[in-house]
Amino acid sequence: MSTARQNWLFKNHKLFEKHSLILLVGILIVVAIGGLVEIAPLFYVKSTIEKVQGMRPYTPLELAGQNIYVREGCYVCHSQMIRPLRDEVERYGHYSLAAESMYDHPFQWGSKRTGPDLARVGGKYSDEWHRAHLVDPRSLVPESIMPPYAFLEGRPLDAKLIAEDMRTLKGLGVPYTDEMIENAATDLAAQADPDSDFEEMQKAYNDVAGREGTVIVRDFDGTRGAPTEMDALIAYLQMLGTLVDFSTYEAGDLENRR
Amino acid sequence: MANAVSRNEGGDASAISVALLLLLTLLAGITMAANAVDARYAAHAWMFVLGAGAGLAGLLIWHSTADTRTSFDPTYYEEGVVKAGVIATMFWGVAGFLVGLVIALQLTWPNIFYFSDFGFTNFGRLRPLHTSAVIFAFGGNALIATSFYVVQRTCRTRLAGGMWPWFVFWGYQLFIVIAGLGYLFGVTQSKEYAEPEWYADLWLTIVWVAYLLVFLATIWKRKEPHIYVANWFYLAFIVTIAMLHIVNNLSIPANIFGSKSYSVFSGVQSALVQWWYGHNAVGFFLTAGFLGMMYYFIPKRVERPVWSYRLSIVHFWSLIFIYIWAGPHHLHYTALPQWAQTLGMTFSIMLWMPSWGGMINGLMTLSGAWDKLRTDPVVRMMVTAVAFYGMSTFEGPLMSVRTVNALSHYTDWGIGHVHSGALGWVGFISFGAMYCLTQWVWKREKIYSNALVEWHFWIASIGIVFYITSMWVSGIMEGLMWRAYNADFGFLEYSFVETVEAKHIAYIIRALGGLMFLSGALIMCYNLWRTARGDVPVEDRERDASPKLQPAE
Repeated sequence: MSTARQNWLFKNHKLFEKHSLILLVGILIVVAIGGLVEIAPLFYVKSTIEKVQGMRPYTPLELAGQNIYVREGCYVCHSQMIRPLRDEVERYGHYSLAAESMYDHPFQWGSKRTGPDLARVGGKYSDEWHRAHLVDPRSLVPESIMPPYAFLEGRPLDAKLIAEDMRTLKGLGVPYTDEMIENAATDLAAQADPDSDFEEMQKAYNDVAGREGTVIVRDFDGTRGAPTEMDALIAYLQMLGTLVDFSTYEAGDLENRR
Repeated sequence: MANAVSRNEGGDASAISVALLLLLTLLAGITMAANAVDARYAAHAWMFVLGAGAGLAGLLIWHSTADTRTSFDPTYYEEGVVKAGVIATMFWGVAGFLVGLVIALQLTWPNIFYFSDFGFTNFGRLRPLHTSAVIFAFGGNALIATSFYVVQRTCRTRLAGGMWPWFVFWGYQLFIVIAGLGYLFGVTQSKEYAEPEWYADLWLTIVWVAYLLVFLATIWKRKEPHIYVANWFYLAFIVTIAMLHIVNNLSIPANIFGSKSYSVFSGVQSALVQWWYGHNAVGFFLTAGFLGMMYYFIPKRVERPVWSYRLSIVHFWSLIFIYIWAGPHHLHYTALPQWAQTLGMTFSIMLWMPSWGGMINGLMTLSGAWDKLRTDPVVRMMVTAVAFYGMSTFEGPLMSVRTVNALSHYTDWGIGHVHSGALGWVGFISFGAMYCLTQWVWKREKIYSNALVEWHFWIASIGIVFYITSMWVSGIMEGLMWRAYNADFGFLEYSFVETVEAKHIAYIIRALGGLMFLSGALIMCYNLWRTARGDVPVEDRERDASPKLQPAE
């Protein structure tokens, strides 16, 4: 750039310095560009989210569990995003896909691993392990620095708004059916009670997933009776990372390369 | 009578409009409380009622005593709101540092500092309390107080809006209380540094628009032809934070009378929107705003002009343009498409230059006044802040490189990096500005005790060094341990909990560093209090006490 041109630019900077609205609009234009270029394409570039088999919306009990996970701030110490690095894949399992968090409003990827990644914790430990670990982490892992969550045990799950939660998520694009929303309260209780009629609930969610066996029905907290917060949180943890059918997922497929 | 009216110019209208807004808030709060579907929402609704009610009562008291003093006299600067801002900054600062120390101790000695009967004191709830208290309560109040002071002085006119600056001040404190207590209740959107739920976000939007208008309207009635460089930075900070706050917090409440809402974005899109916000909370809240502070308080304190006018133009526009792109470096190797990661990394590395442009402009402003580093500890504090700014804006681009990030991400290195910026840059430049402001708005010739400023400076500086070095050690160590393979058998060498155990000593040193930083701030509070009270400065008292030679008769 020639010196004359530079001088012209600096001289005309007084346009911004003397007119606050021009300065304001100038700032707005300059700061808008980066976000528009980076964020907008994610909403229309089709390859952003992989096509996978098995993803389904959370069951009412799992959704209530995720809301407890959010309430307690679990995301500040646990990530849910396994990176495609050799050691992470060996430690935690298949790297995370964008599709696996597409029903999370918002995402729970986290940014810090004060504790281990939880993206595929589902099925790794027993319900009883989770219950004992949440009540007193150091009773199972003496070196752990995790806070105790004994207060979840026995606290009745307040889920009177669960149908409204699901209706809101449906409005935002989560594929809940009207029946799922209508049956939210009974489905929620059924998943934590192996003596209930849970088959229809399982079928409804498996249908959306497109495969069998995606909904676990168990007495997660090991105590009979109405669902507790412990039931909901363990149901959520036991489902994490188990939905996608990796036997049909071709990581090397051109469609899935991003 | 005519005189009284002119001295009250526009004042009553502004008080009435503030009263109307408070009345609306009060009514909204009562409606919210009456229909609340969950207890936490009801508690928050009552806070709105109490806040708006207290505001209205305050206005009534102000009105009934208005004739005994001059309000909104356009021939005077508005300094009351600046004084309130100094007090709020120090109060929230100490509170935020204290919570930080508590959570550092929780990670160090979990058996002592977790209370299983008090779930709301768990790390997951206190950590957002700490981050919001230091960033938004301490940093935000420092920015509002200094911007209100600086815009008046550099435009040579009284703050615009009559009662509105006071609305901005108290409205912001109400937001802080609602957000902070909300974290303890467990009300959160789980978006880092944007945790408050939808109604708190709406309230902040109202306060922020009022802030923008007060700031702009003051610039509109300026008596200087040019808008001073500090005000470009403050304006960029206010406007961009408004844009980021509104877009990132777009969400739908599940029930209009309940606290839970769901973000309109999900998964990968919500991740990028969040880190576009998150990184630019750093870029515009913690950088552009505090650069505005630097551009006023350093030249003023050392009585030298800003080193380079041209450099300030170049680095202003390039800084605000490039910063916005840097967000994706928080998402390296994640499910975010790689083209976005690469863009984020590229712009993060480019960001190094405009950042150092600001550092050089700040440091070189001392040209011809370097002796003040020795004689004025407040200047030394602000210059150290700029040096820390330079260091952390070099470390940031380094960590944004994908291969470096593969090691540093998810580890304590990130925590250390944030704190070298937060404690070193944001903390020290704010402390410097608060020492200046206390002396200037309370009209004192000097700070009560320079020796105490020295103590504050050294204790806090050594505390920062303890903090960031311990986090480098623990972060790099855990990153290496996570990826370590056994050379003989080829399996992962360490279980996760072994890496947790290995960080124990580093955590003790980190907590000690935090304790020192907090202690420094407490010394500062005492010093500011004695300064504001108008006590005879220690150095003068010592001089007066020493025996004097009698003049010869």
